[in-house]
Amino acid sequence: MKNEKNPPLDRVDGRMKVTGGAKYFADFAIPNMTYCVIVGSTIARGTITSVDTKKAQGAPGVLGVFTHQNMPPIPGWDGPASKQADGPPPKPDTEEKYRILSSPKILFDGQPIAMVVADTFERATYAASLVKATYSKQTTRTDLEKHKKDEITPRGGDYARGDAKAFESAPVQLESEYTIPIEVHNPMELHGIIAHWTGADQLMVYAKTQGVNSTQQAMAQAFKLDPKNIHVHTEFMGGGFGMGLRTWPQETATVAIAKKVGRPVKLVMHRSQMFTMVGHRPYTAQSIQMGADKNGKLVSIHHAATAETAKYEDFTEATVNMTKFMYDCPNVSTRYRLVRLDRSVPIWMRGPGEATGAFALESAMDEMAHKLNMDPIEFRLKNYSETDPEHNRPYSSKHLKEAYERGAEAIGWKDRKNEPGKSKEDNWLAGYGMSTGVFNAFRWEASARVVLNADGSLVVQSAVTDIGPGTGTALTMIAHNVLDIPFERIKVEYGDTSLPKAPSQGGSAIVSAVGSAVFDTCTKIKNDLFELATKAGAPLAGSKAADLSIENGNVFISNDSSKKVAITELLKANNLPSIAQTADSKGSAELEKYSMYSFSVHFVKVKVNALTGAVRVTKAVSVADSGRIVSPKTAASQMIGGVTGGIGMALTEEAIIDHRYGRFVNNNFADYHVAVHADVPAIETIFIDKPDPIINPMGAKGMGEIALIGFSAAVANAVFNATGKRIRQLPITPDKVMQEA
Amino acid sequence: MNPFQFTRANTPQAAVLAVSKESGAYFLAGGTNLIDLVKREVVIPERLVDINRLPLATIEETASGIRIGAMAKNSAVADHPLIKKHLPLLSMALNAGASAQLRNMATVGGNMMQRTRCPYFYDHSMPCNKRGPVQSGPSKGQPNGPAGCGAIGGVNRMHAIFGTSEKCIAVHPSDMCIALAALDATVNVTGPKGNRSIHFAEFHRLPGDAPQKDNTLLPGELILSVDIPKNELGKYAHYLKVRDRTSYAFALVSVGVAADMKGKTIQDIRLAMGGVAHKPWRLKEAERYLKGKEATLENFKQAATLAMQGAKGYGENDFKLTLAPNSIIEALQIATQTV
Ligand SMILES: Cc1cc2nc3c(=O)[nH]c(=O)nc-3n(C[C@H](O)[C@H](O)[C@H](O)COP(=O)(O)OP(=O)(O)OC[C@H]3O[C@@H](n4cnc5c(N)ncnc54)[C@H](O)[C@@H]3O)c2cc1C
Ligand code: SF4
Repeated sequence: MKNEKNPPLDRVDGRMKVTGGAKYFADFAIPNMTYCVIVGSTIARGTITSVDTKKAQGAPGVLGVFTHQNMPPIPGWDGPASKQADGPPPKPDTEEKYRILSSPKILFDGQPIAMVVADTFERATYAASLVKATYSKQTTRTDLEKHKKDEITPRGGDYARGDAKAFESAPVQLESEYTIPIEVHNPMELHGIIAHWTGADQLMVYAKTQGVNSTQQAMAQAFKLDPKNIHVHTEFMGGGFGMGLRTWPQETATVAIAKKVGRPVKLVMHRSQMFTMVGHRPYTAQSIQMGADKNGKLVSIHHAATAETAKYEDFTEATVNMTKFMYDCPNVSTRYRLVRLDRSVPIWMRGPGEATGAFALESAMDEMAHKLNMDPIEFRLKNYSETDPEHNRPYSSKHLKEAYERGAEAIGWKDRKNEPGKSKEDNWLAGYGMSTGVFNAFRWEASARVVLNADGSLVVQSAVTDIGPGTGTALTMIAHNVLDIPFERIKVEYGDTSLPKAPSQGGSAIVSAVGSAVFDTCTKIKNDLFELATKAGAPLAGSKAADLSIENGNVFISNDSSKKVAITELLKANNLPSIAQTADSKGSAELEKYSMYSFSVHFVKVKVNALTGAVRVTKAVSVADSGRIVSPKTAASQMIGGVTGGIGMALTEEAIIDHRYGRFVNNNFADYHVAVHADVPAIETIFIDKPDPIINPMGAKGMGEIALIGFSAAVANAVFNATGKRIRQLPITPDKVMQEA
Repeated sequence: MNPFQFTRANTPQAAVLAVSKESGAYFLAGGTNLIDLVKREVVIPERLVDINRLPLATIEETASGIRIGAMAKNSAVADHPLIKKHLPLLSMALNAGASAQLRNMATVGGNMMQRTRCPYFYDHSMPCNKRGPVQSGPSKGQPNGPAGCGAIGGVNRMHAIFGTSEKCIAVHPSDMCIALAALDATVNVTGPKGNRSIHFAEFHRLPGDAPQKDNTLLPGELILSVDIPKNELGKYAHYLKVRDRTSYAFALVSVGVAADMKGKTIQDIRLAMGGVAHKPWRLKEAERYLKGKEATLENFKQAATLAMQGAKGYGENDFKLTLAPNSIIEALQIATQTV
């Protein structure tokens, strides 16, 4: 692979997407399709005392109304408890279990109480409105703040290094509390599934999943089928952000219902159901104790987090992990707790855990810098960790210092006044803020198949789904870099279980995992070509493979490019219509010697209206230290998307529950505020673009998560710099800014 | 959503007749609010009468001012040269509302008639006094969900601080109506009993004991147009909308200001607030105080204090007791160009 920067390549599927050629799960039309609509519970805890489905059953076009009284069994769920995380059976240590439509018990608001199938979506919707239930309600516990005392300690437990009492004697001390509200992924595309039994034991599924292999696995388990009998297709996804990382119970139920109805069934959920049935970022309360000496050297950090989870399943994430290694600090401890509430289970949401944790840690770093009267960057540099203090091993690569420098330059950090409330712009208060983000860089196992055709075109195949980051474009670039086949002659096929296995699109890991598999497979093809070129009687016979290169459709001798043979000639001469290779790829044991992380730095400039508390982000610069950038254009888009999500997290997003009822009051796109264009300024993205020498052959680390992680703290820090007001509860809405003393 | 009849009216008379014949019949204008209400089964219609063919979309200059047809689209009004020139406050208020797509559908009549955004009103598993009884179908006359006010003691961050009752603390969500209230508009309607005009201040009402009634329109009455008198308040105008995101969100508090200035002196001024009451909230006391005074921060502060008399918070919306006067000051400063 050429060790140079990659050229900007347009998104290879961009045209398809904007012209309607890209098919999302709900776009697939199957003859005889039927439509399923879910009726949700209107209470958050209690028991269904009656459910009247008679009217619904008699409504025009209705093919079935399924409740806990007549739901077809899901055979794999009734067996002995397994470790499968996707749906039931529940983890053994929780208090309750949730199996969709299996009992009259209600465990969370919006829990499905009926699934109605009709011959059109409209008729199913109407019939669903005729299902009436009565309940016996129980006291509802949905407010984490009120039930913190009921915390449990999840697996993983606490972490500590150094002296637990160091804080008490630290010359400068900070104690702060931070909260993150419930956030909902809310991708544009609604969740759902098409279930089509093509034979008694043959299942075709079009899903909204971030991993076709994981959906295949979940369905195989639920229906006790050989995974080979299950075909899952998800080429494109209209945004996932984590909500498609598991197979949700209503998907499995739709498959069971399709079998019963004997026709294909399409489920597309309502926006309001996206708040209760496909996970969310959990409400999390955090506290930080930080000690430093007068020179700005950290003495101790204690980071505690308490997050909500469901009564029926423990969901954990790495909220406090960043604190363990981010800064060079001798005494560090973390504490992570869960409170089981009458809520549906959370799931990873972009920057899972770290985005929550970074808000607290990076706000606290800013607060401490202020106490020390130090520049926040200087304070971070003073405590820079050159090696990973948690695992006592080197980082595979870390260019965070350069990231601080380049971001500071781009935002104009030198114009920042360290004293808050001192700058004005258009009669608004102006301020600068920054923060750091970090996320594990993974190297998961993946496989790929590559076919080189006699006409010189290339097909790259992997089961991986493209949820939007530009996976197809990145894989095109990687194949191009190995074989130098023109971009337009490379076709990437993905999102289907008939293709070589790949992990789910998540954890910012796909370029590393699937990209490595593509790299390895293309390298095999390259070696095949070298062999063909050098075997007896071949044009380059006598040369060694090690002395060959490939460029522009030719194999040639590296130091004598006049001695060459066209790839197409090689295949023709050998009567080969194509060459195909498959490779499984995973990292070596060498990787364990290193801590592998991607880093980011976010800089923002804000203006704040002193009277109304309105906050505007007027400039954002985000710098990624994520190894070699494989596809600069889609990577920049990925960053811009993350920052936009970060603005939402910082300023606007909050799913609000009326705790008296345990129900959401803003479960729609008018009232749950994702950032709109007017909230988002021009975003400058900067890539350090230096290959990581350890992680994979491309030297690429992930960047989907770091684009968002830490951003909300940068905004909070900028608001402080503008106003002197420290907002520790997201989102930073005008009322908080206006009131906070 | 229940099945309903759909008819199209070609004349105002036909529309009025079709709607006054049945209790569950509604005019359908842009549909941006009504269709949502129907989908949520807050409104359960027997019949929708499409009024989009009525010739009521003209915007014209009259002897005494400007007349805007009830079917004029929000975007058409906001962009109309007459409105931009003579009534900039109205243009600004319209553009502060909803999104471009919605403004392209929403009509002036529909905007005035839009229902509150109180979340309890839209979820009939939760208590609300505003929904009233079911209007049609087999459950006609029965309560549409539990009675009571969900917002009192509940999530009421968006709710009213003026003119509330123990039955309802909802706000009227319109931005456009804040401008119309400030500009002393008159609403021309026709109905089963003929034509009449309603002063804008009397068009919307406070919840009192009948929160299900948003306004004083009688059953079957159709809004034809809105008249706005000529004024000298065009030059110093501002609509300030404080909201949870920069665009496409309802007001936490909004303030409409239109003034006539001579030098630093306020010759005449109109002030109204949104997001604070069940109707557009005109600030007459503050207007009286400011008339003839200099545009100074001190005077603005005093006006804001006068405007806030009688305000009352309900917990989550207590911040409005500060945000509202702050917003009045900010809006006055911008409008009078004294910042
Ligand atoms: C997501 C969203 C965000 C929004 N944000 C804002 C905002 O920020 N600010 C704001 O001001 N508004 C906002 N709106 C509301 C929008 O302004 C209204 O929905 C719109 O003005 C209603 O007009 P319409 O023509 O679509 O009315 P329709 O929905 O057709 O009708 C509404 C009601 O008015 C009645 N009606 C209509 N015309 C007449 C008439 N001529 N005479 C008598 N009765 C009539 C109907 O019978 C119905 O009851 C928002 C709406 C949505 C959906
Ligand atoms: S404020 Fe009014 S609309 Fe809202 S719940 Fe109370 S009665 Fe209903």
